[in-house]
Amino acid sequence: MYDIAIIGAGIAGSYIARELTRYKLDIVLLDGENDVGNQITMANSAIVHAGFDAPASKLKGKFNAPGNIMYEKVCEDLDVPFKRCGSLVVAHNEYEMATIQELYQNGLKNGVPGLQILFKDEVHAMEPNLNEDICGALYAPTAGIVSPFELCIHAAENAVDNGVTLKMNHMVSDIKNHHGYFEIITNAGNVEAKYVINAAGLFADNIYAMVGEPYFKLLARKGHYFIFDKEAGSLVNSVIFPCPSKKGKGILVAPTVHGNLLIGPDAEPVSYKGDIATTGERLDYIKENALKNCPDLPFNKIIRSYAGLRNTPVRDTYTTTDGDFIIEESPVRGFINVAGYESPGLTSIPAVAHHVVENIVKPMIPHLEENPDYNPKVRKHLRFDEMTEEEKVEIIKEDPKYGKVICRCETITEGEIIDVIHRSAGARSVKAVKKRTRAGMGRCQGGFCSPRVVEILARELNVPLDDVMYDQQDSAYILSGHTKSVKEEA
Amino acid sequence: MIYDVVILGGGPAGLAAAVEAKNGGAENVLILERDRELGGILNQCIHNGFGLHTFNEELTGPEYAERYIQKVKDLNIPYMLDTMVLDMHDNGDLKAIHVINEENGYMIIEAKAVILTMGCRERTSGAIGIPGYRPSGVFTAGTAQRFINMEGFMPGKEVVILGSGDIGLIMARRMTLEGAHVQAVCELMPYSNGLVRNIVQCLDDYDIPLKLSHTITFIHGKDRLEGVTVAKVDEKLKVIPGTEEYIPCDTLLLSVGLIPENEITRNAGVVMDNRTNGAIVGELRQTSMPGVFACGNVVHVHDLVDFVSEEAVLAGKGAAKFIKGELDNEITFTTTNGDGIGYVVPQQVAMKNVEDKVTFYMRVRQVFKDKVVNAYIGDQLIATKKEKKLLPAEMVNFKIAKDILAQYPAGEIRFVVEEAK
Ligand SMILES: Cc1cc2nc3c(=O)[nH]c(=O)nc-3n(C[C@H](O)[C@H](O)[C@H](O)COP(=O)(O)OP(=O)(O)OC[C@H]3O[C@@H](n4cnc5c(N)ncnc54)[C@H](O)[C@@H]3O)c2cc1C
Ligand SMILES: Cc1cc2nc3c(=O)[nH]c(=O)nc-3n(C[C@H](O)[C@H](O)[C@H](O)COP(=O)(O)OP(=O)(O)OC[C@H]3O[C@@H](n4cnc5c(N)ncnc54)[C@H](O)[C@@H]3O)c2cc1C
Repeated sequence: MYDIAIIGAGIAGSYIARELTRYKLDIVLLDGENDVGNQITMANSAIVHAGFDAPASKLKGKFNAPGNIMYEKVCEDLDVPFKRCGSLVVAHNEYEMATIQELYQNGLKNGVPGLQILFKDEVHAMEPNLNEDICGALYAPTAGIVSPFELCIHAAENAVDNGVTLKMNHMVSDIKNHHGYFEIITNAGNVEAKYVINAAGLFADNIYAMVGEPYFKLLARKGHYFIFDKEAGSLVNSVIFPCPSKKGKGILVAPTVHGNLLIGPDAEPVSYKGDIATTGERLDYIKENALKNCPDLPFNKIIRSYAGLRNTPVRDTYTTTDGDFIIEESPVRGFINVAGYESPGLTSIPAVAHHVVENIVKPMIPHLEENPDYNPKVRKHLRFDEMTEEEKVEIIKEDPKYGKVICRCETITEGEIIDVIHRSAGARSVKAVKKRTRAGMGRCQGGFCSPRVVEILARELNVPLDDVMYDQQDSAYILSGHTKSVKEEA
Repeated sequence: MIYDVVILGGGPAGLAAAVEAKNGGAENVLILERDRELGGILNQCIHNGFGLHTFNEELTGPEYAERYIQKVKDLNIPYMLDTMVLDMHDNGDLKAIHVINEENGYMIIEAKAVILTMGCRERTSGAIGIPGYRPSGVFTAGTAQRFINMEGFMPGKEVVILGSGDIGLIMARRMTLEGAHVQAVCELMPYSNGLVRNIVQCLDDYDIPLKLSHTITFIHGKDRLEGVTVAKVDEKLKVIPGTEEYIPCDTLLLSVGLIPENEITRNAGVVMDNRTNGAIVGELRQTSMPGVFACGNVVHVHDLVDFVSEEAVLAGKGAAKFIKGELDNEITFTTTNGDGIGYVVPQQVAMKNVEDKVTFYMRVRQVFKDKVVNAYIGDQLIATKKEKKLLPAEMVNFKIAKDILAQYPAGEIRFVVEEAK
């Protein structure tokens, strides 16, 4: 029997698991996917928002700015790429300037440091590639960019290093409330725990419905993105948001921590929660709108398009759509919901996790003892491409596998790939290797390196080549068996 | 040790350039190759059809490569395998090449001259942005080729191919021979991007339909590919509504073009041509950076390896001349692409380095019948090349004798497609 079961190993579940290891607790982290951070945490804008837009009265407004401020420390401990590059909300006219004033005032209420309203010349001096007609902007120096899935992966890794049991490929299909403990039914065996934290992302409403009377529902709203080649990465230096309007937040243009450029997202309600298919019209819509602020976007440098799903909460009457995070002990005793956890969920997580542990879990479990062995740091993740010449010389001497480049576009070595397979919460699929090392994320999108990565995974996990999956266990196979020539020879 | 000539890439371009540099008088030549063996892309091309021009016989890719590898060995030209070149810097008289491998770790190799022969890579689905899901089962044709020919594994059983480039055509046949069922090859353009020979031998002979003016509009399947929606396009390449057709399949191969692999070139600061995506080069394949040469697919994508070898000889000669101080760098002519022509290589000519002729390589933008390619300097027509049919898939190779060029002191040579007179 575990003390606490956390359902969902996205950023919410993984980070809360890690935070809980500050105390002596027996924790299990369950996820139906073959890798952590494989749903919402995989496909979002990757912005560490400054925190000026959510109303101060909401949890979003309460946790955003404090979460943001914690990022340096978190990303240092978890060895995750993070850059405080600042953001601009740009205005094209007086009307939009008025909105910017409102955002500025709201930001002050939320305690966002360093906010400034910039005039035209200042904006263009900062960002020379923006549209001429932009007449001013709200500058938020604390906004940043992060690699969301690396943050999630390292949070999960750190949680496991600190004693959490991670069970992947455990899809929860039912929960029995035995009043005193919960029995969680999964396709890979049942799990018992005294308390449950529901951090199941888009499916948190379904999970809650397994134990209690539904009081919120999650709507899937799709957002499309494009990623540009690193050659386009320096088009902007900071995150460029259009001025929000009644229609929504609009299309942002942002650098990524790895030096690419990202544009998106739109917002389109979809009925199927697995619908992450991109559509032609929507992709065109993004291009058009991104051009309004960045007229020089080089669309011939696009290397990838994808879509992610927001988990927008609708509460009570199921009518209000500007819902807030649902972070509370639910009406079912011992069952905590971290649901409707949409943007700025990524940014808020360090503050939210702290809140969940200190203000919800701690009062619920008497006599919690601190874990004296808690170590907030992960083992350093060596990234060959980012090393100095001397470091490169050293590491290859130590481990010659770092002298063998597997992904040519991103200069990822065999040493790094072997490392991420054997770390806690390690990679089990080609996509998992890609998320951790960027092998296959560059301009050739794995064209060259994927056969090599398959080989390394097969060797390190000691399985046949055709058992290596692209993503999901069993269903996302890459190879369909030996060729006829090989079979005939055998 | 300081090398005379270091060659970045051990494909057919690198091999032939090394041989020529050595024969031309360069003493210390070194080939750097990141793969396990020399030969480049040819190692995975186990089909026939290489070397018809050079050796007057049909060789497989590896056989063709072997002939050059043998020459390299006969001349005792050293090469390092599994060695990745990360960067190249121009330090004035010497170039510093930063490389790594498992055996020797991180090294900086110095050279008087460098020949860039890094080849090209395949364009991918991301770049062309097909809407739909992102399941496994979508491969570039070259990746599939590598799995089948080098690892002995099948990427799938029910196959659709997008793009009629040569690799796609060859893989249609290969997959069929290995027991897979290839349902169709879809090509966006109203003509194929592959050689006619490959269409006949790889598709027609196996009853595989080639759907011209067709594209894929949606990728189905969350985990593994389940099917694709195929639709017809009009002259403007826009999808014609109502022509959509669902084809169930577990494998989609993309053969949608190749892009020269020029990270090292760009980072070094060599001037590039955005038509070819390769360096701007002269008649001996000298680039804007003195002592740096480039040839093969890294300069522009070739369809026949014979022309790669031919071009590599020029670069090898150039590098040898350069280290002996015999390379002239006074540019006489520049070249440009006029109507109907997509690009021309070389982009510059220094007449003093020319022996008897200059071969200009170019590609046409669309299919032309009964037209000619004319070369002009100013208003003056200086040469004409007749072809029954001009295809974008087949590189035009236009030789102009030195005597003709020598009649003009300088200027721009413009190539255009025109009516035959
Ligand atoms: C388009 C978009 C853009 C965004 N941009 C930003 C941004 O720029 N900045 C920012 O701060 N935030 C942003 N967000 C919000 C942020 O991404 C989310 O708040 C955060 O990633 C949610 O994490 P999660 O762990 O709650 O969900 P997820 O990452 O989806 O994790 C939930 C996990 O639960 C698992 N699960 C679900 N059901 C079951 C089951 N039955 N059994 C077992 N496991 C199950 C899933 O497999 C999944 O791994 C954005 C969100 C979207 C969609
Ligand atoms: C699949 C396919 C089918 C073809 N079919 C035919 C045919 O039937 N008949 C025909 O005549 N021609 C054919 N061709 C064309 C011809 O073979 C190629 O154009 C030719 O191989 C190109 O030679 P290359 O040396 O320029 O490039 P490549 O063969 O690609 O060689 C480049 C080499 O450089 C190495 N390299 C690159 N970067 C680095 C680095 N940073 N460090 C170290 N090494 C590096 C690569 O590993 C590679 O070995 C085909 C081409 C392809 C791709």
